[in-house]
Amino acid sequence: MMPRLNSAAQLEELRAGILAGRDPAKPCIAVCAGAGCHGLESGAVVSAFEAEVGKLGLGDKLEVRATGCHGFCEKGPNVVVSPGEICYFEVKPEDVPDIVARTLKGEVLERLVYAHPVTGERAVHMGEVPFYKHQTRLLIGDNPKIDPTRIGDYIALGGYAALSKALFQMSPEQVLDEVKRANLRGRGGGGFPAGLKWETAKNAPGEDKYVIVNAHEGEPGAFMDRALFTGNPHKVIEGLIIGAYAIGAQRGFIYTRHDSPQLVEHIETALAQAEEHGLLGENILGTGFDFRVEVHFDVGIFVSGESSALMRSIEGNPPEPRPKYIRTSVAGIWDKPSNLNNVETWANVPQIISRGAEWYAGIGTERSKGTKLISLSGNVVNSGVVEVPMGTPLRTILYDIGGGVPGGKAPKAVHFGGPMGGSIPEHLIDTPLDFDGMAELGAPIGAGGMLVMDEATDMVDVARYLLEFLTNESCGKCVPCREGMRQMLKILTNITKGKGKTSDIGKLEDLSDVTGLACLCALGKTASDPLRGTLRYFKNEYEAKIATGNEAAGSEAR
Amino acid sequence: MSASIGTEVMGDEKIDRIIDKHRGKPGSLIHALMEIQHEHRWLPKEVLRRVAEALAVPFSRVMQIATMYKTFSLTPRGRHEVHVCTGMSCHLRGAAEVLETVERVTGIKPGETDAESRFSLERGSCLGTCSLGPEIVVDGKHHGRMTPAKAEDVLKRYR
Repeated sequence: MMPRLNSAAQLEELRAGILAGRDPAKPCIAVCAGAGCHGLESGAVVSAFEAEVGKLGLGDKLEVRATGCHGFCEKGPNVVVSPGEICYFEVKPEDVPDIVARTLKGEVLERLVYAHPVTGERAVHMGEVPFYKHQTRLLIGDNPKIDPTRIGDYIALGGYAALSKALFQMSPEQVLDEVKRANLRGRGGGGFPAGLKWETAKNAPGEDKYVIVNAHEGEPGAFMDRALFTGNPHKVIEGLIIGAYAIGAQRGFIYTRHDSPQLVEHIETALAQAEEHGLLGENILGTGFDFRVEVHFDVGIFVSGESSALMRSIEGNPPEPRPKYIRTSVAGIWDKPSNLNNVETWANVPQIISRGAEWYAGIGTERSKGTKLISLSGNVVNSGVVEVPMGTPLRTILYDIGGGVPGGKAPKAVHFGGPMGGSIPEHLIDTPLDFDGMAELGAPIGAGGMLVMDEATDMVDVARYLLEFLTNESCGKCVPCREGMRQMLKILTNITKGKGKTSDIGKLEDLSDVTGLACLCALGKTASDPLRGTLRYFKNEYEAKIATGNEAAGSEAR
Repeated sequence: MSASIGTEVMGDEKIDRIIDKHRGKPGSLIHALMEIQHEHRWLPKEVLRRVAEALAVPFSRVMQIATMYKTFSLTPRGRHEVHVCTGMSCHLRGAAEVLETVERVTGIKPGETDAESRFSLERGSCLGTCSLGPEIVVDGKHHGRMTPAKAEDVLKRYR
């Protein structure tokens, strides 16, 4: 067992030892075992590599590593060979002997490298593959270099140096100030400044304080938090510990999904390893700072990702939201000050501490700093996990990274923000990725799910689909949410079936106004946002459907 | 008591162990139910009563939690659990047609189990593998890039 680290120097010694034991020239084959690749049988590819290495007795000449999500899910299973970051796509177990043989000779296996679907142009190294080339992968970029079950891999990349810096060189106030100056905004959907939230919890009266990682990720079409947390759990945990130090929290909670076994396993392994190393638990790095973390699970309801509902769930109570005038930063879990941030927000903290607020604030737009993880999916050629600086035009994400719409079709819109979000029509595709600008267009970034919808998409049906999702997910506490959504859904369903009436649009607008005003949490308040958004940009589709319905009704009457 | 499902469950040591682990801890209600659901795949009424007693939680609270969360099943499950992802991305790629086919082949709707206990069907929203959409998951195994015809073939493999 690893002896506990009791000082900053011991952590650096450990890091130096790990690095000294590694030969940078020794090839490493990283096989993506993220959710997408896993679904494409990457497990069999890992086994094939292990078998080949065993058969040829290559243990000391070649390393094989099963890693978290590399990002390019569309082309999985992904394999990256270092040094050189040579990317192989759609790798099958039968390709393994060839890859091993070429790798040992220092050669590239041409038939598995990226070929552009139109031009046929090849790209061998990660930095040349169009999907990766236009990204800035500060958070997700380490995934191919890390076996998520080995803390040593994270430490080798500089892991826990930020924690050490915060604990030994900075006061809690200085850490808080750094995060505030970096203008880190919450990545879970609201875009609320993390530093201000931390400050509220820090200044709230009481000794017992909590910090929480929201890893619920219930937004349909959002899968980047799972990719990051499963692939690099220590990055998130390190951020959480730093936050706990700044806020003065003794206990942390990770609230995640029960239905991702690999995610749960990696989190629990990481927590155990961090504790074993003295990076978590009692007397962290010998500083006297104590901090413990426990894992809690959502068991299948969307609203439990809402912050106040989530805290009820951690207490073991039904996940019903509370009114917002009670701030969870002041009275959260068991009415103690509780600071909640999502996975990506916490993951940003270590680099802000290591590299400084000025560096961080140099990335992005005036009011939206840093990079943002995007789950790119829907009618797009290259789906996957994308990371770009804030301010990147949506066009870059859709075309340069995403490769456009399959089958040469035109896009109709891109949808952000999940079921409570909105769609940006194609003619606004040059809009930069930004919290405020996009919210003004009615399509807030949300958690970062970007869905591409092609020209054949029926926008009324999209609104109906999203409302149906939310109707099923409403906890039922607020009447306008429970009943209002049901009525809106009824009207929308009628319109999609060609049974709409001219008065329906006005009725929908009335109902959405009331639910927007009279519900406690964001689910009810913003449930009709996709409806409003589609009415804003695609009203003609509603009118056309209603007109068709009227004609049909008219001919029936005749 | 006759040899009903209830008595078989009462004798299940694993369930006993889970309940014992959380005994006296009302805050562990969700954890306890989740572990039992995982182990036994459904929550019989007798077990819920014992959970209420052991954790010192009113039975009504146990029922509130057990009926609120979708993961908990209050009826026995089929041999194979079929999840059809109906998340937005899969929806855009044709999940509705896949779900229709799965409903036709299995003869059940989401939330149901067929009379032979072969399949239980659920529609899960976003399983996090959108690049494989539309997809179905059978007993935890992902089957990506489905068409109605492919889904029919996949289901035939599960008896």
